[in-house]
Amino acid sequence: MAETAAKKAKKEKIPRQAMPEQEPKVRARNFEEVPTGQSAEAAMQEAARCLQCKKPACVAGCPVEINIPAFIQQVKDGDFTAAITTIWETNALPAVCGRVCPQELQCEGVCIVGKKGDPVAIGNLERFVADYERKHREAKPPEKSEPTGKKVAVVGSGPSGLTVAGDLVLKGHEVTIFEAFHKPGGVLVYGIPEFRLPKEIVFSEVAGLEKLGAKLECNAVVGRSVTIEELFEEGYDAVFIGVGAGLPRFLNVPGENLIGVFSANEYLTRSNLMKAYLFPEYDTPVIQGKNVVTLGAGNVAMDSARTALRLGADTSRIVYRRSRDEVPARGAEVHHAEEEGVDFHFLTAPTKFFGDEKGRITGMEGLKMELGEPDASGRRRPIPIEGSEFELECDLVIIAVGANANPLLTQSTEGLKLNKWGYIVADEATGKTSKKAVWAGGDIVTGSATVILAMGAGRDAANSIHDYLTWGW
Amino acid sequence: MFKIIRREEMAEGTVILNEIEAPLIAKKARPGQFVILKANETGERIPLTMAETDPEKGTITIIYMVVGKSTALFRDLKVDDGYQDVIGPLGKATHLEKVGKVICVGGGTGVAVLHPITRALKEIGNDVTCIIGARTKDLLILEEQMKAASNDLRICTDDGSYGHHGFVTQVMQEVLDQGGVKLVVAIGPVPMMKAVSNITKGYDVELQVSLNPIMIDGTGMCGGCRVTVGGKTKFACVDGPEFDGHKVNFDELMLRLGSYLDDEKESHDHYCRVRGE
Ligand SMILES: Cc1cc2nc3c(=O)[nH]c(=O)nc-3n(C[C@H](O)[C@H](O)[C@H](O)COP(=O)(O)OP(=O)(O)OC[C@H]3O[C@@H](n4cnc5c(N)ncnc54)[C@H](O)[C@@H]3O)c2cc1C
Ligand SMILES: Cc1cc2nc3c(=O)[nH]c(=O)nc-3n(C[C@H](O)[C@H](O)[C@H](O)COP(=O)(O)OP(=O)(O)OC[C@H]3O[C@@H](n4cnc5c(N)ncnc54)[C@H](O)[C@@H]3O)c2cc1C
Ligand code: SF4
Ligand code: SF4
Ligand code: FES
Repeated sequence: MAETAAKKAKKEKIPRQAMPEQEPKVRARNFEEVPTGQSAEAAMQEAARCLQCKKPACVAGCPVEINIPAFIQQVKDGDFTAAITTIWETNALPAVCGRVCPQELQCEGVCIVGKKGDPVAIGNLERFVADYERKHREAKPPEKSEPTGKKVAVVGSGPSGLTVAGDLVLKGHEVTIFEAFHKPGGVLVYGIPEFRLPKEIVFSEVAGLEKLGAKLECNAVVGRSVTIEELFEEGYDAVFIGVGAGLPRFLNVPGENLIGVFSANEYLTRSNLMKAYLFPEYDTPVIQGKNVVTLGAGNVAMDSARTALRLGADTSRIVYRRSRDEVPARGAEVHHAEEEGVDFHFLTAPTKFFGDEKGRITGMEGLKMELGEPDASGRRRPIPIEGSEFELECDLVIIAVGANANPLLTQSTEGLKLNKWGYIVADEATGKTSKKAVWAGGDIVTGSATVILAMGAGRDAANSIHDYLTWGW
Repeated sequence: MFKIIRREEMAEGTVILNEIEAPLIAKKARPGQFVILKANETGERIPLTMAETDPEKGTITIIYMVVGKSTALFRDLKVDDGYQDVIGPLGKATHLEKVGKVICVGGGTGVAVLHPITRALKEIGNDVTCIIGARTKDLLILEEQMKAASNDLRICTDDGSYGHHGFVTQVMQEVLDQGGVKLVVAIGPVPMMKAVSNITKGYDVELQVSLNPIMIDGTGMCGGCRVTVGGKTKFACVDGPEFDGHKVNFDELMLRLGSYLDDEKESHDHYCRVRGE
């Protein structure tokens, strides 16, 4: 049956079903989600484009190896509840991944249909199925094993921590998540904006975890409020560290401490977590620039530049020292940013910031670059062109050039081996660290990466922790 | 919720004391550390130093000046009300060492921050002269407590209504001139700390100050609290809040504290309208 449908699809050449979106002009001024979601009909149409490959490349392209053809078949048959059950076998946060995975580099990037046209919209389908389930609540939650009496502490409630907590609670262990912020979710809540990932989705996932029996302790800064040693003294049998990268990188150029120069972490935290976009109903303010410059071109930079527009900027520019080909952000975000009117200045690097007598930024000086030989990252190294200085007027600068390892926890924990950049050294397959009964995963091990990789690391660590709790180290 | 079990007004109601139930924080806190508090769902995260902790009772005490929207909101909380979120202890604890003769200088609510540090310095055997100041007598706080915490307490008021007529810096200079002082600890408004720094640079003493930049997370994640110390950028929430007062760029700190002046006014006005003031 699948065969004939696939053949039919091929014959009729069903085009990739477009994801309905808010108009660029309208959405650039509100914080509602940009893609508004597909209808069941559109999802089923899209599902019909899948060829149900015998050796599906897409599955190999997905870091957690979701059984993609199986769930797509279920969507095609209109059995969305079966589809979510399939996805849940390997991915606990499909509503998140469907929205934020860099699909073009992963599942969709290797989809066979994509060889000759647009790949199957796997991300959109995943999102559809997850949203459908959140609305209808028809699927049976996974079975929980008998209590084991073992206690696990999970430090950090980002995607890696949530995955570990979900997996271990299902295996019958007692799990407590410790989160430094007053709200759970990690970058999903403080970093990625509402217009890309509604917070309600994250909170609903966390509520689901709590319903399964995981405990959540917010306002707990491990390393300060309580140390890892103390957690063991309190009777925890194992600890997972998933504290993210969380240390903003600055540029070390003159004028960087002027008012109006922000790290992306601060700018986005103010806007997302503290809801500065609803100021003054919410108490936390954020500077609303008229002419905003964002430095960097990753997802973080796109989120910052687009947030600036929504907070009322007249101009929002991205300044990036490499070329368009090296832009690391998700394709969809770059496209959305351009549609909304974000201006891109490639091969440009900042050299200094200027301010007025009140210490507020009024402009920056930049330098043009050209591309030289490939560097360690394999990307061609930007080299400054002498004498190419120019000035840009701006009253807000957001620095989004990456993050480093936050030392707060690692420095307060003895026996935890770190690499030369301060990231935790953990076994690739299991997440085991150099310290007994301590695992780590996500950005604090790999450096800034992706949601799905953090979740994959969480899954591996959970399996290894379960083995340890069952059989010992 | 973190319940308020005691509330006092000082300095004509411009300064408020809250004793709050927070057993885990009380158990861990050391002098010089702070907490971040958030009153309710829509609230701002506000850093305040712990002026007192009682591990047995499981409480911490904060003393704050009402300066803007959030501290006004805190002021309106009664006994048995509570803070939705209290996070801490944060920051590095004060480096405490027996050095001999010490001067502790405090201005405004800086006195509240200075109190546990002064007491700890005396407890480990230092000879502590404490100098506290306020604009006028009625704005002075914690006089009794500071007296008990130090070997010698000097008081200054700008208008001469009590104690020495003039600034804390004048009295400090007199004590410095008597010789033998090894360490000065200064906590108060930035202009005061800057003035202290300018004077103590002329003596062979160490200066320790506690900085109060605008903060969000308090864990080194946002960089909003950055200050320049010895030409290097430091994050006050994790590298501080105490720093070598001879190396701090106070002018930059003063400017940065003004980042949200206009917004804060809007927020405060909004709050007053909501309260029907
Ligand atoms: C703005 C932005 C946009 C992004 N966009 C995308 C995207 O589109 N697609 C994608 O795949 N990836 C994206 N990423 C990257 C992705 O979000 C991260 O790789 C992922 O969240 C890492 O997960 P994690 O579990 O390691 O930690 P995090 O999500 O960083 O969470 C760590 C949590 O630990 C808490 N914590 C830290 N220290 C402590 C402590 N001492 N005690 C207790 N808790 C602590 C933190 O408060 C935080 O909640 C983006 C990142 C940012 C910043
Ligand atoms: C580590 C630390 C410890 C502190 N301990 C104490 C304490 O024990 N007692 C106390 O009274 N205050 C303390 N402060 C200062 C206190 O946090 C601020 O007064 C408070 O955030 C002001 O909030 P608001 O909304 O009421 O005022 P806002 O409306 O935010 O501001 C009103 C005025 O205060 C200034 N301001 C804003 N934020 C700060 C800030 N973080 N520090 C100083 N001035 C600011 C503004 O420029 C403005 O002029 C501490 C600050 C830090 C960083
Ligand atoms: S989790 Fe990410 S990579 Fe895997 S199928 Fe879903 S969107 Fe693709
Ligand atoms: S590679 Fe593409 S066509 Fe093949 S199974 Fe996966 S989604 Fe379907
Ligand atoms: S308050 Fe965010 S880094 Fe210090």
